[in-house]
Amino acid sequence: MSISGSNSRALPWALVTPALAWTLAFFVLPFIAMGLSSLTAHEGGGLTLANYSQFFTDPSYWRAMVNSLEVTAIVTVISILLAYPFAWILAEQVPERWQRLALMLAVLPFWTSYVVRSYSWLLVLAQNGVINRALTGIGLIAEPLQLANTRFATVTGFVHFFVMLLTLTIFANLKQLSPSYRKAAADLGAGPVRTFLHVVLPLTLPGIMVGAFLTFVLCIGDYITPQILGGNNELVMPQLVMMQIGRRGDFPLASALSIILMAVVTVAYLACARWLKIERA
Amino acid sequence: MTANARNPLSTLKSRLGAACAAAALLIAAGGARAADLNALIWCDHSDPALLQPFEEANNVKVNVKEFEGTGAGLAIVEQSQPGDWDVMVIDSIDVPRGVEKGLFEPLPEDKLPFADLFAEVKMDKSTVVNGKRYGITEKFGYNTIGFNKTKVDPADMQSLASLTGDKYKGKIAIYDYYLPVIGMAALAIGKKTADLTEADLPALKAELLKMKANAKLVGEVTASQTALATGEVDILVGGGEWVTAGLAKENPALDFSIPKEGAVLWSQSLAMFKDSKNKDMALKFIQYIMSPEGQARLATSSCYWGMPANTKAALSDEQKKTLRFDEQPGFLARAQAYSAPNADLDKKMQDMWTEMLQAQ
Repeated sequence: MSISGSNSRALPWALVTPALAWTLAFFVLPFIAMGLSSLTAHEGGGLTLANYSQFFTDPSYWRAMVNSLEVTAIVTVISILLAYPFAWILAEQVPERWQRLALMLAVLPFWTSYVVRSYSWLLVLAQNGVINRALTGIGLIAEPLQLANTRFATVTGFVHFFVMLLTLTIFANLKQLSPSYRKAAADLGAGPVRTFLHVVLPLTLPGIMVGAFLTFVLCIGDYITPQILGGNNELVMPQLVMMQIGRRGDFPLASALSIILMAVVTVAYLACARWLKIERA
Repeated sequence: MTANARNPLSTLKSRLGAACAAAALLIAAGGARAADLNALIWCDHSDPALLQPFEEANNVKVNVKEFEGTGAGLAIVEQSQPGDWDVMVIDSIDVPRGVEKGLFEPLPEDKLPFADLFAEVKMDKSTVVNGKRYGITEKFGYNTIGFNKTKVDPADMQSLASLTGDKYKGKIAIYDYYLPVIGMAALAIGKKTADLTEADLPALKAELLKMKANAKLVGEVTASQTALATGEVDILVGGGEWVTAGLAKENPALDFSIPKEGAVLWSQSLAMFKDSKNKDMALKFIQYIMSPEGQARLATSSCYWGMPANTKAALSDEQKKTLRFDEQPGFLARAQAYSAPNADLDKKMQDMWTEMLQAQ
């Protein structure tokens, strides 16, 4: 009996141990190493806060964070605005038997390499690209528009990547929503718009927030899309991190910038969790 | 026995045991590869057309690991075990960084074709440390002006002043590597790259900002090549033959110039690791790369083209024409090497580059 009791206590730990070991080996320990690295001087070693002070005192470094937050906020908002109706159509308007196919089509963009997709967008938005040729061809514009190598291009690429991610999380939330809520609202005299605003939208906010958080994390940490589509005309934080490593191998400064980036993501998570009380879910 | 088999802990234990056994096998298999040649390289060395003839002739597998930037390469070495790597491709000016870290083995000059190299690219100031040679230049070229000669006046491309004038505003891309472009800015304001000091930074910054104001984008190799190839821009600052030569077949309109103020010479070297377990094969590899055949294959690698360091490279006439082989003496006479700043100045130059990138 006592052996059985001991086993029953040990079993959950045994089951969770691989995940804990994985997290310890591939997140906690590297994070500690990165934290320590961020506090050392690139030349000569020794403890220093210079890597952090550089970020807070150099306007071009600070600007990179502002750029990152601006781009991420714009991408997240546009993606939500596009994804919600798309998810609603999928969940409410597409017949059940076609939903599986529709979902598969929704995830198709994820099958293509991130780099290839970015370069494809570059060709679409370029001066001689599809859009400019079409617009000049039908006479809407005389001179090609500057679309590629701009923030607009970066945002377009990101939105294309993340809108489907958000669609899937919102779709899952909409499907879990019991039809009885809407019936109850209708019984109480609420019209479709009022039902949506006061019943459906609040109940699907967790799906929106989870998708928005994933978009935020992936977008603020992405290096490739701003590099390829933004034309390096405004740096974002991951590009700044990469710059420190390339020739100079300044891992301490790169670590400090990464820690700052992680702190921003953590604040975003805590804000989401606190607002929606996700931790209680 | 049956009870044990059903116990999840026992199952987990047995599976962990199996996993450990599998890991041990993998490690053993890794050990069996010690006879291979492990090379830290730039992408031009990963071309099968370059590596296969060597592998077949010597019955060896060349395991390559690509990296970009000396800092990233040295970081890979620092995170490896001594003896993991046999040879490394490195910026010639950065050979002393590897020597300072005690990584490299002196090269036997009598077994390598130093006499056949272009004299200007031997880079003795960098590749020879304390009287010993630790690197041999294998390929070189110029960070200069690449352009589409059907879209711009080639005569304008003979002066760096064209890059900051209004005529080509919005038609320019800048190659995203701070050292060579800062070198070009130095040439534009009449400074020698070897003499740059902190006092020159304000003037260099002003010149860089003027270039940026005219530029549509600042891109790494692929992005700047794509921009020039698709007509997004007509001029590439800091690019050169490594961009235009690779695209010459598809777009013969692309060309490069060495302006009257000069250009910045880039050169890559091969070095052998002191802890290599396979030094004989490493030397054979370096000898192969430096041979006329190896040099021709490296110069025309699918990743990027560049001038072979060996004057006897077995290039076809057409390849020589694309690389403008015959014009090299004149080009070299006007070229200056990358500046080799100390750590403090290097950091300040990179910060200046960051400011330039963020400038609107």
